[in-house]
Amino acid sequence: MNKIWLIVQREFLNRVQKKSFLIATILIPLIFPALMAILVYVAVEQKKNATKEVILYINESTYFKADTSKFIFKPFEGSLDDGKRAFDHGEYFGLLYIPTFELTDPKGITLYTKISPSPTDISDIERIFETHIKDLKMEALHIDQELLNKLKTSVEISNVKISAGGQEKSSDSKVLFGVGMAGGILMYMFIFIYGAQIMQGIIEEKMSKVVEVIVSSVRPFQLMMGKIIGLASVGLLQFLIWIVLISTLTTVVLGYFGLQSPTQEMMQMTDQGQLAAAEGSGALELIKTFSQINWTYILLSFLFYFIGGYLLYGALFAAVGSAVDSPAEAQQFMFPITIPLLISYFALFTFILQEPHGTISIWLSIIPLTSPIAMMGRIGFEVPDWQLALSMILLVAGFIFTTWFAGRIYRVGILMHGTKVNYKVLLKWFMQKG
Amino acid sequence: MDALLVKGVTKQYANHTALDQVDIRVPEGSIYGLLGPNGAGKTTLIRIINQIINADAGEITIFGEKLNPNHIGVIGYLPEERGLYKKLKVGEQLIYLARLKGLTHHDAATRIKAWLDRFEIKDWWNKKVEDLSKGMAQKVQFISTVMHEPKLIILDEPFSGFDPVNAKLITDEILTLKKKGSTIIFSTHRMETVEDLCDHIALINKAKKILEGTKKDVKAAYKTNTFSVSHRGAFALQNGTYELVTQVKLEDDFLHSLVRMKEAGSPNQLIQDLTRVTEVFSFAEKIPTMSEIFITLVKGESHE
Repeated sequence: MNKIWLIVQREFLNRVQKKSFLIATILIPLIFPALMAILVYVAVEQKKNATKEVILYINESTYFKADTSKFIFKPFEGSLDDGKRAFDHGEYFGLLYIPTFELTDPKGITLYTKISPSPTDISDIERIFETHIKDLKMEALHIDQELLNKLKTSVEISNVKISAGGQEKSSDSKVLFGVGMAGGILMYMFIFIYGAQIMQGIIEEKMSKVVEVIVSSVRPFQLMMGKIIGLASVGLLQFLIWIVLISTLTTVVLGYFGLQSPTQEMMQMTDQGQLAAAEGSGALELIKTFSQINWTYILLSFLFYFIGGYLLYGALFAAVGSAVDSPAEAQQFMFPITIPLLISYFALFTFILQEPHGTISIWLSIIPLTSPIAMMGRIGFEVPDWQLALSMILLVAGFIFTTWFAGRIYRVGILMHGTKVNYKVLLKWFMQKG
Repeated sequence: MDALLVKGVTKQYANHTALDQVDIRVPEGSIYGLLGPNGAGKTTLIRIINQIINADAGEITIFGEKLNPNHIGVIGYLPEERGLYKKLKVGEQLIYLARLKGLTHHDAATRIKAWLDRFEIKDWWNKKVEDLSKGMAQKVQFISTVMHEPKLIILDEPFSGFDPVNAKLITDEILTLKKKGSTIIFSTHRMETVEDLCDHIALINKAKKILEGTKKDVKAAYKTNTFSVSHRGAFALQNGTYELVTQVKLEDDFLHSLVRMKEAGSPNQLIQDLTRVTEVFSFAEKIPTMSEIFITLVKGESHE
């Protein structure tokens, strides 16, 4: 035990003392928001400055009114074949052919293009027709805009969750969606980055051949565990620094813009009893939800799943590292490890965040290989206690199993040099007696 | 007392036997050569003694005590596949390795400084291993093997990859350590080192020990009663007692012959018999070299 502790210490110091750790730890919380801001800025600028595409159109109907907000429409007089020729020689984005059609049955409208248009381009053009036809129909039915406005009623359902104790909480699924997404992506990144580091560290030890010197002093299993735990503590430290940095930064930035951090504002509002009066304003709703999210609960779950998921995958990464002689060779064995991670990553967007209480989401968040990422996606949406408990127990069982499994491969693998390794060889190592 | 006693150690892998009922006995204070061709099982045996892998059967005692985790601090091991952490500094690295062997930080630092002093490389403490030359790294590696003052030192092919200067340095250190009371086991192919250093040897071939004993006894056992004679004037000594193995002409009527006595007898008798047929200039018993014994035995085995 004492020796594992020495190895943990060594691994921890090795990583933490590196400049790359310092840079990543300090810069990532700064870079991510900055990168996002830049992207948003560029997107907005692009939209502002985009030159409108020119569309040539042949209109045989009576129901087309060129709307030039998105495109420039240039009429063409002549047959469709002539139009195609003109389109071919000119610098046009598309050729829009509008045959005669009935108001009730607008068919046969065709857009010819040289390159595939984006779905938004198509729907933009469709909307031009739809709006115009709607106006014409309203006119025919003697409905004016005013009357239509009178018919319109806006309904907004506010969602209040009642917990077992009868406490009421408002919730906003958009915020929970964001929290789930951030948690899931972060988990995916952490497992991958730190898992790969374990693997790399083990390959380095094997390549520099220091490993046999070490295992003459400690059991191979101790060396493996020391490495895994050492890197886990680096990951946790990094995560905690990020949390502190991000919350400090948010407070400072908001303070600079004359705002207060959501929680602070919330507390003041509650104090002053202004909350009720201010209700109804959207921004405040958001702030309210934000402050009502149980951050401690989410953070603690994240830490649990990070440690569990990391140990589970870390052991597998360690087994791969011990089996190969170079990082290039590791690729073939990475595949089966990456698959469940990728599945949970994609399921995060396709199932889990869309339908956090769907059958697939529930199972993905219980099966140990996918649960760290899947559960992070669901955690904001009030996961039933039994599911959380089952998932956690299975995760613990899962990492005990993978650690045992990896340990058996590791103890043989680290002493093998220049062996051609495939899955059969791995199985043989696994079965080998001490 | 024996520094190491190995009894009936067997190690079986899926498709081959690495060690088959191997017994060896290493007396305390000896320099013990573990010989054998590649793949004979030497490294497997050494790894079992170092508790890196477990034997399937058999018993090992070290200084009379059954092999246990406490022996890690008693043994100093230099593996054949050796290396150091490239990114770590020499001092840090040695302290880490010493602490894994069970030394306290303070003891480790004191001893390592003494060793660096001894090898006149004091100023390397803060150098990274990747900045050292290969020869320099070898010295550091050797220090890591002996810094915890092990009573039993096991060196697997210690001279492979070491330059002659370091090989000499290490040979000297081995002798010093022996004088201080350490027992040294090393495995090697290099027969000249065996001749120079070892007092005991064991030969392992194809997972089995085929020979063990003091160097003197082994050589005596493989004596062929052959004598090397330089003489003037050819002779033909072919009879019931003697066999003329070879006779080579040198310059000016000088010849060199190997004469074997068919049954062990007195060399005086041979000299007397020789002086009757030729003029003897030199006469010596031909003692087999370790290399000859090694080749005879290993070849003999593989011809079976």
